[in-house]
Order: sequence, then structure tokens, then C-alpha cells
Amino acid sequence: MIEVKNLSKHFGEKVAVDNISFTVEKGEVLGFLGPNGAGKSTTMRMVTGYLPPSAGDISVGGADILDEEIAAKSKIGYLPENAPLYSDMTVEDFLRFCAEMRRVPTDQIEDAVNKAIDTCFLQRVRHQSVDTLSKGFRHRTCLAQSIIHDPEVLILDEPTDGLDPNQKHEVRNLIKRMGETKAIIFSTHILEEVEASCSRAIIIDRGKIIADGTPDQLKKKARNAGAIFLRAGGLASTGIRQELEKLPEVQSVNVLESGDNSIVARVIPNKGKDKELPEAIFQLAVTKGLKVHELRVEEGRLDELFREITRPDTED
Amino acid sequence: MEATIALLLNFAIPTVIVAAIFIALLLFVLPREVRTIFKREVKSYFNSPIAYVCVFIFLVISNGITFWFGGLLESGEASLYISYFQYLPWYFVVVAPAVGMRLWSEEQRLGTMELMLTMPIAPWHAIVGKYLAASVVIFAMLVLSFPIVWVINYLGNPDNGVIMAGFVASFLTALCFLAVTSVVSAFTRSQIVALLISIGLCLLLWLGGLQPVSQAVASLKGGWLFVWPFLKFINIIGIIPHFSELAKGVLGLRDIIFFLSFIAFCLFSTAVVLRVKRA
Repeated sequence: MIEVKNLSKHFGEKVAVDNISFTVEKGEVLGFLGPNGAGKSTTMRMVTGYLPPSAGDISVGGADILDEEIAAKSKIGYLPENAPLYSDMTVEDFLRFCAEMRRVPTDQIEDAVNKAIDTCFLQRVRHQSVDTLSKGFRHRTCLAQSIIHDPEVLILDEPTDGLDPNQKHEVRNLIKRMGETKAIIFSTHILEEVEASCSRAIIIDRGKIIADGTPDQLKKKARNAGAIFLRAGGLASTGIRQELEKLPEVQSVNVLESGDNSIVARVIPNKGKDKELPEAIFQLAVTKGLKVHELRVEEGRLDELFREITRPDTED
Repeated sequence: MEATIALLLNFAIPTVIVAAIFIALLLFVLPREVRTIFKREVKSYFNSPIAYVCVFIFLVISNGITFWFGGLLESGEASLYISYFQYLPWYFVVVAPAVGMRLWSEEQRLGTMELMLTMPIAPWHAIVGKYLAASVVIFAMLVLSFPIVWVINYLGNPDNGVIMAGFVASFLTALCFLAVTSVVSAFTRSQIVALLISIGLCLLLWLGGLQPVSQAVASLKGGWLFVWPFLKFINIIGIIPHFSELAKGVLGLRDIIFFLSFIAFCLFSTAVVLRVKRA
């Protein structure tokens, strides 16, 4: 549905997006991750046809965003960053206006407006003027305009920004549900959101794609993925450490906490030995009298990966 | 009584015809998107104080000056050019930018430009729809100026055809100023900046055609390296000669074409500015 090839954007000297390519198919929810200023919004603005690209091609549903602008744009629903709205309209009038602009047939406009209001939980404010709305309602009103014409492609720039935890949960579920029949791109810097609703995620830093995969694949790339978290006793802490380090499966032992007769440690396995390591540790318990209180295989976390591969703004 | 009816026919019929052409244009010629944007903008004008304030100020000033300073009653002449129409563009130099300053700057300030320009419409739909909505406010001002026509007809026996031409000339001049404001508002997100710069440009545009400027152009010819081309330029696009010809009742095709092409050029420039700003 969405095809982006070798896309770049320069603002003067500054390179905001640097030669990125990706595709999103129908039924896919793509999460866009990255630090502030990484180029997420710029990319989305180009895909929606707001900013012209400096180089590269974008096609939406087979229509090129530059050559067949109107055909491409009519397939897209877009929630811009900060959810802009016309402050002098009521929620209902605003949605009606957007439905008309989005070419919803005249006799279906009322239905479309009602459906969008129901989907985004706006019944309580439908007759209220936009400039009196709270941030959560403003955001959901703007979300409602993006889905009012039931588009094949949805592009949502930080759709859960400014919502309370309940609303965040609702919006995530909504995205997941809509993702079954549409192609969705959404950006966020909340990592749990990616796990909750994405089928795939891309991490962008300084205009470049630095990781691309399903949330599970990405988690496995984190440094601690496959490490074993161990809480044990029964021997002196130095003894436990030495015994662990002697094991051929072990690459290193990071002691997190140590008492007289106990230890909390993260045991990093040698490459390819992560399956055998737990067994080896239990073997220690049998032969050396190690008492295992807790042992679990760490899954690796997205936020760890995120911190490892993106550079903080302070570093330049 | 009979006179009043005749007067109404003289003015109401052309006004209704202009309005009808306008509505027909919107309904049958221009695409649905233009209509939708036009409707929204008109509602927005009349839901906020801005349209009422502009119309009110315009009416107070235009009528006040005509009666107190223009010497309408003392002149003993049954015409409106000297005491009324020749001053109207001066008010529009301020009032038209006040009406038009929000056209694109508001859109940029609210961020709704991003919504508007990612909808499946061509940019000219939005530019024309918004411009037409603002021109309705100007149209309302001139329609509400009708009492002065009634007064002059009550007092004497003027040529109402010339008065109608005066209104047409004033309307077209105001539309030019509005078009300039449309371009300026595309540059900035601040309405105040848009207002001030537009007033400055409209003033230049208005004064550019004045006699002293023409004389300066003729006498300087080629001298004063940068000043002359500039003077020449504003002299060429100056509105006054076109306005005064029309307002005196000389319906010249040349002047009408000047006004319409000037407006079209400004609206086109608005599209260019909006495009360049995004690139």
C-alpha cells in the first residue's frame, strides 16, 4: 500500500531524512520510533504529500504522491503532530467539513460523522466548540477526522500524545483493530506502544533507518537478550561467582548485588550457548550445593535496544 | 414612493444579478471543494467579531467623512465621485488587509494548513475558496453603504449609472487589496505582521499611479539607478488611473482586465508562496 524508495529531505544544509526506503502492506501496523528530531514527522509529512521530497519516490496505493497527487491523497487519513483543528467550529461541524473535503458522498456524511464520533468517544462533546476542548478531546477529534472517510492508509503522528493512560489504551486498541484492514504508520516515542500495537517497527536516528523488524526480532537485538538473571545462595558470593565463570557456556558474569552468602547476577552466555546455560547452572546446584532462588531468561527490552543504537542529542 | 421604487430597481437589480452570478459560479462552475471551503470561511468570518468590526468601522468612516469633510451636502452637486468614491480606496487600504490578514496566517498559526494541504484537493481550491469568502465581507460593506445613494437621490437627481460604476470600481479596487493581502498572509503566521505589511503594499499600489509619481517617472527617466525602475514599476501597476476612469462611469475593458488579471496574478503568487514555503 505504501512504498517509499530512497527518500531524502534537506532543509538547506541540514539533512532531515537521509535515503530511507520501506514498504507497508495492507494489514500491517508500522511503528516509527526514534528520538526527537530524528526525522519521523518529516518522513510522514512527505508521505502525506505535505512536504515535497528532495529526492526519492513515494507511492500510496499505487499512486505516486507527486504525479497523481489527488488520487494518492484521497487514500490517506492523516493525524498531524499536535492535532491541529479549526478553533472556531464545533466538533460536529469540523468533522462534517472534513468529510466533505475528503469526498464522502453527501448522503453518507451524517453516517460517517456519527461513526467517527462513536469510534473516538466524542459523544459528550459533539456540539462543543473546538477551542473549549481539553487536550485529550482535541486529539481524539483530530483522530476522528483522519478516519472519517475510512481510508486505506492511515498515518498518525504521535496519536497517543497528551492522552491519559485509559485513553492511550483505547487508542492503541483502536489502531490494532484498524490495522487488520488498513496499512498504518504511526510514530511514537513510547516503546510499550510499539509492542502493544505494531506488527513491525522501524527505528530512525538522524534521518537514517537503523533497525527494522517485528518487535520480537528487535528485542532479540538488545545486548541483554538471552542473558540469565540469577538470584542464588548456599555458597560464599565470591565462590558462586568463580563457579559460574568456570562454566564453558559462560562469557561473563555481572554481579548486580552481593551479600555474604548470596548473589544477584546477570550471566551472559557465550554465543550459541544460551540454550545450554540454564541446565549448566542447575548442574552446579546439584554438584556444588548452590541454592537457586530465582532464575529467568531475559527477553531483551526495546528500550535497551533504543538506548544502545540511538545517540543522545547531547552527543554530536 | 415611485422614486424610491425606481431607485431600488436601479441598484437592487444589478446587485442581485452580481450576487446571482457569484452563487451560480460557486454552485455550478467551481468544484465542490471550493464551495466547502468557501462555506466554512464565510461562517468563520461571521461567527467571529472580525467581519462585523470591519464592516462597522468602514461604514462609520466612509459615511462620516463624506458628510462632515467631503462636503456632500454643501457641494450642491448630485454626484458622489468628489465627496464619496474618491475616498473609498483610502479606507480599503486599511480595511481590506484587516479582512484578509487571517486568510493564510491563521491557517499556519493553528497548524491546520497541514490538514488542508494533505486533503485530496488542489491548492487553488483552498486559495480561491478563502478569497471568495473574504470578498463576501467586502461585498457586504458596499451593499450596506446603500443609504448614501438614497440620500443623494432624495436631495437631487444624480446619474445612478455613474454611481453604480463607482461601486464597481471600489469593489474591484478592494478586491485587488484583498488579493495582495492573500499573498502577504501566506508568508507569515502572524496576523499583525500580515496586516501591517499588506497596508504598506496596498498604499504603494494605490499611490503608485498618482500624478506626482508619473511626473517623477517622466522627469527622472533613467536617472537615480534604483529609484527609477521602482517608481516606474509602481507607476505601471498603480491602481488610481484605472479606478478613476471606472468610477467616473467610463466602463473601459482595459481597466476591467487590469483589475481581474492583477487579482489572478496575486492568487497565483499565493500558491507559489505556499509551495515554496513547504519546500
